[in-house]
Amino acid sequence: MRIAGKILVSTYALAVYGFIFLPVIVLVLFSLQATSFPIPPFTGPSLRWYEAVLADARLTSALFNSVLVALLSSALAVALGFLAAWGFARYHLPRSGLMRGLITLPLTVSYLIIGMGLLILFNAAGIPKSLIVAGIGHVVINLPLCFAIIYSQMGDHQVNIERAARDLGAPEWKVLFLVSVPVLWPAIFASFFLSMTFSWDEFVISFLLTRFDTTLPVEIWNLLRSGLNPRTNAIGSLVFGVSIVLALLLELAFLRRSRR
Amino acid sequence: MNESPPGRLLPWALVTPAFLWTLVFFVLPFVAMAVLSFLEHGGGRATFDNYRQFFDNPSYWRAMVNSLEVTLTVTAISVLIAYPFAWILAEVVPPRLQRLALVLAILPFWTSYVVRSYSWLLVLAQNGVVNQALTGSGLVDAPLQIANTRAATVIGFVHFFVMLLTLTIFANLKQLSPSYRRAAADLGAGPVRTFLHVILPLTLPGIMVGAFLTFVLAIGDYITPQILGGNNELLMPQLIMMQIGRRGDFPLASALAIILMVVVTIAYLFCARWLKIERA
Amino acid sequence: MTGSLSGPLVEIRKLSHSFGSHKALDEVSLNVEPGSYTVLLGPSGSGKTTLLSIIGGFVHPAEGSVLIRGNDFTRTPPAQRPTATVFQDYALFPHLSVGNNVGFGLRMRGVARARRIGRSREALAMVGLADSYNKMPHQLSGGQRQRVALARALVVEPAVLLLDEPLGALDLKLRRQMQDELKALQKRVGTAFIHVTHDQEEAMALADHCIVMNDGRIEDQGPPERVYSRPASRFSATFMGESTLLSGKVLDLGMDEIRIDTQIGPLSLAGAGEPGFDVSLAIRPEHITLAPESGSVSLGEATVTDVVFQGSFKRVSAVSAKDPQVAFIAKLRSSQAVAVGDTVTLYASPADMVLLSR
Repeated sequence: MRIAGKILVSTYALAVYGFIFLPVIVLVLFSLQATSFPIPPFTGPSLRWYEAVLADARLTSALFNSVLVALLSSALAVALGFLAAWGFARYHLPRSGLMRGLITLPLTVSYLIIGMGLLILFNAAGIPKSLIVAGIGHVVINLPLCFAIIYSQMGDHQVNIERAARDLGAPEWKVLFLVSVPVLWPAIFASFFLSMTFSWDEFVISFLLTRFDTTLPVEIWNLLRSGLNPRTNAIGSLVFGVSIVLALLLELAFLRRSRR
Repeated sequence: MNESPPGRLLPWALVTPAFLWTLVFFVLPFVAMAVLSFLEHGGGRATFDNYRQFFDNPSYWRAMVNSLEVTLTVTAISVLIAYPFAWILAEVVPPRLQRLALVLAILPFWTSYVVRSYSWLLVLAQNGVVNQALTGSGLVDAPLQIANTRAATVIGFVHFFVMLLTLTIFANLKQLSPSYRRAAADLGAGPVRTFLHVILPLTLPGIMVGAFLTFVLAIGDYITPQILGGNNELLMPQLIMMQIGRRGDFPLASALAIILMVVVTIAYLFCARWLKIERA
Repeated sequence: MTGSLSGPLVEIRKLSHSFGSHKALDEVSLNVEPGSYTVLLGPSGSGKTTLLSIIGGFVHPAEGSVLIRGNDFTRTPPAQRPTATVFQDYALFPHLSVGNNVGFGLRMRGVARARRIGRSREALAMVGLADSYNKMPHQLSGGQRQRVALARALVVEPAVLLLDEPLGALDLKLRRQMQDELKALQKRVGTAFIHVTHDQEEAMALADHCIVMNDGRIEDQGPPERVYSRPASRFSATFMGESTLLSGKVLDLGMDEIRIDTQIGPLSLAGAGEPGFDVSLAIRPEHITLAPESGSVSLGEATVTDVVFQGSFKRVSAVSAKDPQVAFIAKLRSSQAVAVGDTVTLYASPADMVLLSR
């Protein structure tokens, strides 16, 4: 009976893993397709589509744009979120609960609606679509996340560390940079990393708010207009590969820290 | 916690940037959108016309119904698939392999969302992997039309949300104190009854949080239905995008967006009691 | 189910268990009598919690057996043992009311709803929480939750109740109060209790039978008075209360008497041994005095190094003038005038000196 249970469990787990990996395997496999259609039979392996992707100026500039927007918007989101978390956690402000609620509100709203709202606003203000405008949208969606993560780590036990620093003569800004920031480093890093991930992968807001210079997800979307194409497979696999490598580096860096 | 700062200005200086940003780039656009929804397309007169269009036009109304059907189906299926999977990862897999197993299970998260939907299109296309396997093995005579149907949209969504729900349910399971299981066993409950009476109720928060996220993210998603569902059946996000893109009818789009938000808020109120963090 | 009606309620036979390379229990054997209050006392890592987990069925021992009422339960899962455990963190199910928590075990046994509610209410009344039936666990204080955990375990009428450091999370006053209540409860209910603690005062207050454990072995066991006044080993002498320890060699033997050359000079006391062997002597602090009393001998001069006022007594530490390695610990009346730096002569009666073999 136990063996039957084990077989059932293993089969189920393998089936779910299979389901989860199926599209990714197909994506990567047919990125190496030698012929022009990313469907069976597999006529590879060939790197021609990777070459095509890397030679495609639109894709590479879109990639660069994505990285830029992700870096800048995440940095801003973390900075704003950290300052706000600091302000709310360490000082008494009237109607603090209400304001905190407002700052975290965008978490519950669909990106489509946030993007729409910004589009309407910028249209009315006469501001044209651009990467900057899309970046602003990315800050809107990531700020609540950064704030929430960092705020949740600024508990009462933190207070005493800061009081000790003040007691020993440190001015406010030193308390901030020499004590609080280092201690909160994991939270700051986690929120930055998450913001990067969300911004990097974000489609709707970028789609609505950019025109000519655009981010990678939007460019890939444009590629889809030309139907099933191994080039899309190639760029998709590239993005996937880079993300995994980054995640691995993160793991190693993190593991090395915790092992100390 | 209530420190007296060197200057009364400092706390406000810290908090204002984030607060202002949210006001200008979130609240203001939302207000603009709300106001716009009550205006005429092209003109400036106040009207309920946009909202009335939603209730009068059967295809608009249909889009909302489709969205709800698809989203609820996706939520239900994803929970049913994810729970046993998360349970296996948390309980059956040996502890030292659990992290690896979990990372593997959510690895496809790292493909871009657009790319992932595209990949499913490849898999489900007329001459894609699934159809070729079915016809090749003789299970069906002619390739099935899976892509560009609601089924494809559901599959695409379920793929994403199974990973999300596995994560939330796994986290909930791991965070349960082992004492509960021991206490239940000590009092005479076998493994099945321990699960039904203790584990399942205690993981309900994880399920509800995941289900709520699934509902909200799925109902507002444009990419998956657009790539996989085709244009035979429209869901709300597609309808909204149509108004913005093709027709440039922002007032109508705004009204539809607000209606969608109302639906999400209702869902939130329904789930609210599980979304509050209870201190055990 | 056959079982013996006489004889010990719980028999532990040569229990051994390791966690990886760490040997948690080393051939431990003991008996628990019906209706007794047994305390497993020891520092962390002594194996006392492992032993309790094995009795409860949460850990299967590598070697040895556990018999309850004469039947072998060594490999039986907890659900089928006649034991009930009160966990250190109480483990009350947060999603069930207090009443449903208490009734959980009855529900698993298929007891009908009306009876279940009745018995749960009785159990709650017995621990003094009659009006908390409908409350949720998070609404109760630590002490109250502990009582609910007790009620939940007792309501299923186990043969033996296992308590894993139940009073650790409570403040001193509450702990003392709960100790009294536990003792009274045990007497009233008559179930055998096995209670794990590292607090020797708690052990002395509660136990009928005290088992001192260290490093996976039983160092000493017996009624608390005996374990305290006649410790069997150095560990026991210093873990159960404090002691002044003297080491020495056996010089010669007399009629039921033994003369030992100690660090502070030769001492004679009742006992037996082999000449030339190393032995230890332990003297409890309350038996050391500043003035000679009938039957006492001099322990030599000593310099006082520390005086701590403890309310009803003074704890005095002193270093022997003869051998600075010897540290005396004495409990003196708080009215006694003594200060750090004083040179004093200490006395103790040989009858109060305990000969230790280990």
